[in-house]
Amino acid sequence: MDGVLAHDFDMIDAFIAQHHLDPAMVDEAMSMDSGLVARMLVDMNVPREKLVRLAHGMTPAKLADVVSQLNALEISFAYSKMRARKTPGNQAHVTNAKDDPLQLAADAATAVAFGFDEIETTMRVSRNAWSNAVACAVGGAVGRWGTLFQCSSEEAEELRIGMAGFTSYAETVSVYGTEKTFIDGDDTPWSKAFLAAAYASRGIKMRCTSGAGSELLMGFHESKSLLYLEARCLCLQRGMGAQGTQNGGIDGAPLTATVPGGIRELMAENLIAVWLDLECASGNDARSTESEIRVGAKILPYLISGSDLICSGFGSILAYDNSFNASLFNGEEMEDYLVLQRDFEADGGLTPLPETKALDLRSRAVEAISAVFEELGLSTPTADMKQSVVVASGSDETRSYSPRDVAGISEAIKKREISVIDVIKALAKRGFAEEAENLLAVVKLRVSGDYLQTSALIRKGRIVSAINDPNDYQGPGSGYRVSEERRLELNSIRDVLDQKEVLRSEAQHEKEEAKRIQYRVLGPATKGGDAKEIVIGISPAFGLKLFQTTAGHRLSAVLKGLKEAIEKRGLRVRVVRFMHTADTSFLGLSAAGLSGSGIGIGVQAKGTAVIHSRERLPHNNLELFSNAPITKLEHYRAMGSNAAAYALGEMPEPVVVPTRGEAMGARYHARVALIYAIETGLTAEGAAPEEIDVKFTSAKP
Amino acid sequence: MNRKLTIADYPLAETQSASIRGARGKSLDEITLSGVIAGDVEMEDLRITPGALADQAQIARAAKRPTLALNFERAAELVDVPQDFIMAAYELLRPGRSKSKDQLLDVARIFRETHKAHRMADFIEEAAAIYERRGLFIPRF
Repeated sequence: MDGVLAHDFDMIDAFIAQHHLDPAMVDEAMSMDSGLVARMLVDMNVPREKLVRLAHGMTPAKLADVVSQLNALEISFAYSKMRARKTPGNQAHVTNAKDDPLQLAADAATAVAFGFDEIETTMRVSRNAWSNAVACAVGGAVGRWGTLFQCSSEEAEELRIGMAGFTSYAETVSVYGTEKTFIDGDDTPWSKAFLAAAYASRGIKMRCTSGAGSELLMGFHESKSLLYLEARCLCLQRGMGAQGTQNGGIDGAPLTATVPGGIRELMAENLIAVWLDLECASGNDARSTESEIRVGAKILPYLISGSDLICSGFGSILAYDNSFNASLFNGEEMEDYLVLQRDFEADGGLTPLPETKALDLRSRAVEAISAVFEELGLSTPTADMKQSVVVASGSDETRSYSPRDVAGISEAIKKREISVIDVIKALAKRGFAEEAENLLAVVKLRVSGDYLQTSALIRKGRIVSAINDPNDYQGPGSGYRVSEERRLELNSIRDVLDQKEVLRSEAQHEKEEAKRIQYRVLGPATKGGDAKEIVIGISPAFGLKLFQTTAGHRLSAVLKGLKEAIEKRGLRVRVVRFMHTADTSFLGLSAAGLSGSGIGIGVQAKGTAVIHSRERLPHNNLELFSNAPITKLEHYRAMGSNAAAYALGEMPEPVVVPTRGEAMGARYHARVALIYAIETGLTAEGAAPEEIDVKFTSAKP
Repeated sequence: MNRKLTIADYPLAETQSASIRGARGKSLDEITLSGVIAGDVEMEDLRITPGALADQAQIARAAKRPTLALNFERAAELVDVPQDFIMAAYELLRPGRSKSKDQLLDVARIFRETHKAHRMADFIEEAAAIYERRGLFIPRF
């Protein structure tokens, strides 16, 4: 196999030959041209099932050879087609720097509400495992049932915690691609396969962990390629009878990301996993880079192709509270992730969560775990401890348990052999019937074992797996599609800006402005004859519905600045409101047309301003401030002064508003579009300009 | 259950909630919160049975996942094996823990004779042969 004679097989070769390779498929699969198989992977007309059957007859080297023919886009597409379950999901890390159980419960409830299908915890101090397990189990039962939970700890301890009923899955069963690394990892394929059976025998869902870079980190890579070594790991996992894997360079992702083509390799190894028909928790786990651009780029293929669990640990808590070390995405990036889902209309498994709802759930979770601790005589948290946790964004802000307090609680849970039944009873007794039901429902999953099948998770109280929700992608219109209902959920991110919101915020400034400026309509504006006159043309909503520029300057201050600067040069100002246009150029040109000097200024409510001359074409103005958000009052004063200079026949130095490369469009265009719609909504074709008497009524406008 | 299960029978918790039973014979429908509160439901009732794992193995096979099915069948044999023995056997399967091939073969024999776990016994015997060939009976600490 792969150039090694059977009697030279190391234990990994031997296991793969014995337990992975399907003898009925080997001849056909191995004789196929790798390029042809690669094309089949990206051909929507070739059924997934056929490709899975072929993979079961392929050796690690063959699998690696096939996927290495694909470029990044093809890998992503093939992944989307080959992944086992149709509906995408996501997994959270719920940990904190103090192992504080109150915060774990609150953060678990928050993660559940965001829609994570699985939550994983681990500890700063290993003997706190039992406390972490109870806290997350209780917090994860708040709001709805069905979030699977694991407590990553030492193998034997983890299995014991599972048997006590607190956890529902495990993914710490690591496998490696070289024999020496496997042995240094203190296991063999057989000992790991034994564990896989042991977890199933206790009704606990299990997946293996592997990923590029681990052999390199552990010092025994045998000069083999990352992808080949990972292909060996994946064939092993299938041979063991694991339903799935967590791969895509887990702890090795940062190392792999330093290698040319490393990220493409991570995508390729995820593809091999799903091609072999394994559930795939696809990495996007350990933060592989400090670059935010690379973080965003890393997640995109997974977000748009979907994955059983897009992240095998999205830090739902702040990065410093992530006891696995910072994830690719942490609490800090939650908002960005939700926006990415909305941008691409891609289901990344999460749903925006309104702040008030989050606070309610956190409070409920903290009360629930406190009740359990009190009922079981483990501890009695104070009101201050609880309150500090509910409103905290991270453990820096809490006044709660220290790791040492927690160790006492944890050891008592273990020593007294407290089980999930005791916790359910305590919840029910203290009035948390819903949480008690939810927790019981998760533990009941293990009786039928349905969730041991490939890619199983719980959605809306029902088991969804590769068996009853198989990926049926066969081109546009098939496979997973975001439903209209789901699309609205993905879009429901807070801070939605609409015209009503703009007008509401403008109305807050209306009263203030009324104290500073009065606009009185004198009647239709006519052409002036005074050569020492400059007309300032204001837009339809200026001072009527809109009261400040996008830079936040009061319109009274802008107008006053312009007026004073012009008057300082001995010229006169006439203010005219135009109603036929809201466009800056036409405001300026129309103002110039009415002006005795032939020079006019046009200014919109959002602060965009222009100096125009009657002699010029509409868009060939004298000076323009196009970037209103960064235009200061001093610039408007300078503009007034320059307008006067042009009227006096001088050639002044144009005023330049310096830009530092701000993403003006990204920051302001949504608001600007709404503001401008308010302006254009007031225009009427052929409407006559109005002469306005402007009176500044306050010394400090 | 005599009839061969297919993927249409999945999930069993929904299609057969009255006949799926925990280790003490309580059906899923009987495992309720009021039962827990009354003290009628214990951890034992929330344990999977060899039968349920055998059913899941049939379903896995029907879904063309034979290796997963074999894992469920090995698991079915472990359901009633005491946790301490499971952990001891796991320990001896780790590299360098067993001093000799015979020590592992003894574990296999206990699985086969005491626990009627034939598949797992075969599996451990297979491991013993490979471990011997690859020199894994050398103590590591």
